Amino acid sequence: MDVIYEYRMSLLAGTLVTVQLALASVLLAIFLGLIGARAKLSKSRVAHRMAGGYTTLVRGVPDLVLMLVLFYGGQQMINDLGEATGLWDYVEINQFTAGVGTIGFIFGAYMTETFRGAVLAVPRGQIEAAIAYGMSNWQVFSRVLWPQMVRYALPSFTNNWLVLIKSTALVSVIGLQDVVYNAFVAGRSVRQPFTFMIAVLIIYLILTALSDSGLRWIDRRYSAGVRRA
Amino acid sequence: MATPSETPIGDWLVLVSENYSPLDFMLVAEHFERFLWGVFVTLELTFLALVLGGILCIPLAIARAYKHPVFNAPIWFFTYCFRGTPLLVQTYMIYYGLAQFDFIRESVLWGPILSKAWWCALIAFTLNTAAYTTEFLRGAIETTPFGEVEAAKASGMNRFTMMRRIILPSAFRRALPAYSNEIIFMLHGSVIASTITLQDILGVGRWLNGRYYLAYEGFITAMILYMIIVFAITRGFNYWEHHWLGHLRPRKETLSASPKASMLGR
Repeated sequence: MDVIYEYRMSLLAGTLVTVQLALASVLLAIFLGLIGARAKLSKSRVAHRMAGGYTTLVRGVPDLVLMLVLFYGGQQMINDLGEATGLWDYVEINQFTAGVGTIGFIFGAYMTETFRGAVLAVPRGQIEAAIAYGMSNWQVFSRVLWPQMVRYALPSFTNNWLVLIKSTALVSVIGLQDVVYNAFVAGRSVRQPFTFMIAVLIIYLILTALSDSGLRWIDRRYSAGVRRA
Repeated sequence: MATPSETPIGDWLVLVSENYSPLDFMLVAEHFERFLWGVFVTLELTFLALVLGGILCIPLAIARAYKHPVFNAPIWFFTYCFRGTPLLVQTYMIYYGLAQFDFIRESVLWGPILSKAWWCALIAFTLNTAAYTTEFLRGAIETTPFGEVEAAKASGMNRFTMMRRIILPSAFRRALPAYSNEIIFMLHGSVIASTITLQDILGVGRWLNGRYYLAYEGFITAMILYMIIVFAITRGFNYWEHHWLGHLRPRKETLSASPKASMLGR
């Protein structure tokens, strides 16, 4: 246990990277999920197809493969494009960006399904009533749809978030110094990899337990108007 | 096998592939046999982990569902830990971590099993899928309609017969949609094998890219191969669900959007 204490700063720094990565990814995922849900619910056939293709792609390809494609292939593609058009010089995608991009992209597809279900759960009459009052699209969304959607989406969102946190471990494979990477390096150097992996497992359990209580708080807030049996 | 470049068309294909195509597809074709081995490794690991995990989860789920006084708590702890942490870390813990202990390195299991990446991956995947499957099979057992159990009792079945003939078959059927998701996630999770030196589909892709210093070819090929496998599995399960869940069909089943059942029992 002494070695863990000795490397506490490294583990803490790694945990911070993991948390930042997870938060940035979930924001991107929410954004993509809202767009995806909008596309899936729209009458436009093209939008519908594109959203369908998006979710199929994510379901079909493992996260690490997408991450490597984006990190290595995406970088190459941007630079090839830059060279061909002469618009920009050499660009480097760093590991954090590649990680957020991939994880956000993947969970955006899951959020699409989450939000689609949640939008459908809001009674149609309420939206009609809002339109009848002359609210703009944005007002309908922010005053009627969103506050109720959150409540319906929350159980599924909680699941997605817990899986997302665990997915962030993969960025250590492309060399981002998250908690897994730092613990792995530390474990190697003191020849106690098991001890450090156990420490990482405990850190992940703490993170999921903390987010569970956080999400419960949000649930209470957004369910304030609901009577529970 | 004749290499493609021995024919005029082959020459032309190689020329196009190397100079004009964004992907050097002929290079992939040249190493396709290796990719097929990768497919084999991926499917083998996924399949064995699912089978072993599936066998392991049955007694665990029964013990959880009926709240066995001794085993319930440790099994809960096992599933909680394995569902709450990344598979990558679990795999690292077994492959890199176990070497830390002298008594393991000196045991008979070390040489043939615990020092081998393949076995470590299999052990990690098996425990991981067993943890997830235990929890949703438990849920399925607990929600067995009481009438079915009552009828079994009334027919004079003892507990074992009732479990074997009534509760488990009925629970398996209701767990099938969740299980088809679990299979896809195990397949997705199996890419972690490539991080501990194994040559699964992604492992071969990484090898190809590393050897020829490429950015796309290996990964894109891996991506396509995974998509084909997932597509085939999904089709297979749609058929099975149609077949086995016929009696539940009128109620429209909405596919769950969430990647895995919550570790916290939501």
